[in-house]
This record gives sequence, C-alpha cells and structure tokens, in this order.
Amino acid sequence: MFADIWLVTNKDLRIEWRSRVTLSQVAPFALTVLVLFGFALDANPEVLTAATSGLFWLTVLFVAVVAVQRSTAIETADGARRALLLAGIEPSSVFVGKALAIAVQILGVEVLMVGGVLLFYDATVESLPLLLATCAVATLAIAASGTLLGALVAGVRARETVLPILLLPLLAPVLIAASRAFDDALGVLAVDGWAWLGLLAGFGIVNALLGMLAYGPLLEET
Amino acid sequence: MSIVALRDAVVLLGRFPALSGVDLEVDAAEVVLLQGPNGAGKSTLLRFCAGLLRPHSGSAVVLGHDLRESRPAVRRSVGLLGHDTALYDDLTVTENLQFLARASRIEIEAVGSALNRLGVSARLHDVVVGQLSAGQRRRVALAGVALRRPELWLLDEPHAGLDQGGRDLVDGLVADAAADGATVLVASHELDRTLELATRRVTVVGGTITTDVVDAASVTDPPVQSKQES
Repeated sequence: MFADIWLVTNKDLRIEWRSRVTLSQVAPFALTVLVLFGFALDANPEVLTAATSGLFWLTVLFVAVVAVQRSTAIETADGARRALLLAGIEPSSVFVGKALAIAVQILGVEVLMVGGVLLFYDATVESLPLLLATCAVATLAIAASGTLLGALVAGVRARETVLPILLLPLLAPVLIAASRAFDDALGVLAVDGWAWLGLLAGFGIVNALLGMLAYGPLLEET
Repeated sequence: MSIVALRDAVVLLGRFPALSGVDLEVDAAEVVLLQGPNGAGKSTLLRFCAGLLRPHSGSAVVLGHDLRESRPAVRRSVGLLGHDTALYDDLTVTENLQFLARASRIEIEAVGSALNRLGVSARLHDVVVGQLSAGQRRRVALAGVALRRPELWLLDEPHAGLDQGGRDLVDGLVADAAADGATVLVASHELDRTLELATRRVTVVGGTITTDVVDAASVTDPPVQSKQES
C-alpha cells in the first residue's frame, strides 16, 4: 500500500513540477491576496492584527480550491482515470497519494504565506510548535476533504464552479479551528490553540477515513 | 473455459441502455472483430469487458470473474486501448509507462522493449506526452497495453491516427498476442485490415449483436463455433 501511495504522490508532484502551476500561479496569487487584504485593512492596524489568522486561512482555502481542481483535472484529462482503474491500484491508496500531493503543494505555499504575514502584517510568532502543527494538521484535513470532493465532482460538467461551492462550506470547520489555533500561536487571542488543533485533527481523520472508503466507488466510470 | 461469456447483458449509461441484451461467448486465442455503425455500442462493449462498467441485468463473466462482483480482478488482466490514450500530458513517455509498470507490478525493464515494439524511437522517450503528435501518442498508448501482456486485449479503433508503419505494427501486435494465447477484441471500421487478422466477425447494432460469423478462411485451427447468422 505504501509503495502505491508513494507512486501516486510522486506522479502528481512530478506533474506539478513540470507544469509549475502552484509555483508560478498559485503562490503569487496567494501572496497577492494577502497583500490586498493588508491594503483593505491597513487603515486600522488593530483590526488587521485581529484578522490575521482568519485572512491567512481564508487565503489557504482559496489555494486549496485551485490545488484540488488541478489534481482532479490530472485524472480526468484524456481518460487517465481509466488507467488508474485498470492498473489495479487500491482506490484508498490513490486517495491518500493524491491527498498527500495536494498537502505538499499547499504546505509549500503556506511557508511563503507565513513569511508574508510576518512581513506585511507585522505579526509575531509566540508558539512555533503550535503554528507548525496547525499548518500540518489543517493542511492534511483540507487535502483529504478536497481530494474526496474532487473525485465527487470529477464527472460533473461544470466542476470548476461546483467544486468551490461545495468545498468552501465543507472546510468552514477547518477555517474556524485553524484560525483559533493560529490566534494562539501568534499571541492574538488568549485561547487554547492545542484544543482547537485537536478539533482539526478529528475533522481531518473523519474526512480521511471517509475518503478512503468512498474513493473507490467515486472513481468508477458511469 | 470461455474468456468472455455474456448472456443477455444489459448496460446502462445513465438511463440509456448502451448494451441491450448482448449474448457473446469468446474463447481463448480468438481475434474478434467488432463492427457496426457509430454509436452501436462497440466501445461500450469493450469497456464492459474491461470491467469498467457494471451489468444492469443478465450475466457477464470475463476471465472467470463475474462482472457483478469482481470487476477489479478483471481489470488487472485486461489491456484496453480506448479512444483516449489514458496518458499524462506532463509526464514523459518513459515516465508514463514506468508509472503504469510500477502500478501493474511489472518489471521496469519491460518499458524499453514495449516502446521499441511499437516503434517509438529513443529520441522520444524523454519527451513529455503533451508534445507528441496524435499518432505518436497512440503508439505510446499501445505500448502501455503491450507492456501489461494482458490475457484479454480490448482495442478500440487501434489503427486510428497511425501512419502505414504504425498500422502494420498494430497488426503484428495483434497477431503476436493471439499466437501467445491471448484473446483480442477489436472494434474497427478499417475492415480491410482487421478482417485479415480476425478469426471471427461480430456485428453490433443498437446495443445488441446482430450477426456473429466465424471466418474459417483466416484461422489456422478449426474454429470451435460453426457459422451462425441471425
């Protein structure tokens, strides 16, 4: 199973490296959104500081939509999904492999965005372990949910517009929990960030298990 | 044992009966030409035999596996060339086939020989598939099928988009597969070429099989079936 997971992750990351969609389009897009949020709230630095965590994770959700759309498109183009089915790879391995590839891409953008937040929003990190753990857990939860929904809408004609409509509300718990945990990590609010992280982990585990179970039927041709 | 055994098989695409009561029995090492007008159900029949579609009613057994219960087992033993190539545009020719080989638990070393077999020149091995011509893509896709050495070959218009040399290679590939004991189902409109390869001709019209003819002249061994037309 681990060999198949690595095979799928490696394939998706290699394709991303070749096309450089994340590097050349998504990362600049994320930084631009952060800067624009900064311009919009710059008149009141206190508001900007209070909103930093929410703005960060809202931008991450936008990045996730693009990453999931790209990941879905890889398999729907030219019947590639059929090759996965015929190859005999366990669908759960395909699911985990694709989710990990999405997670790696989102994490890469998050590293840049953390730098952007520190630079543009004048934020300070009070708990680096909590910040890193939140990024890791929230990203895996987002990737698992996104991969599952990506497969769900793969056969839909207008999937580019349907995906954000379904994905963004589904990820609302991630937005809330990750923002609160970040508030604690950045010292913005006196909340228990680790407790919110536990909620994030629970959300991620449920979606990952659901995805591993449902991905097989969703891959099937109709 | 029959390689393909379909009895009154019905397949729905949405609500549309793409196959509406198909009876077909194919034995090992047969080369069956599927002919018929556009939209007759030839491609659906191939996808069905590949285990990609579920039977709505009737019975369907391929390579000893019931398509109602164990389609993944069928998929691992068939090779399907569809209208699309099922290749990743941003991976090179070699990377595409290496991915397929690893996923199918096939030795990586077999990739080179499969590409050579289809006449894909070495200068193209490290070119991303998105930069290939339609004919070159088709050759790579065929190499992917050959790489798996399937028990059942399912080829949908395999000559489409190929030059003369490529078409000859396809014919050789089909002949070699049958000689090795594999069974081949070919959907084609190129009857002049395919009839020479086929040991049997099946006509599909409106989602059902209307004629099933064994061409004795093109088989070396006596055919199991007698000529039957309906």
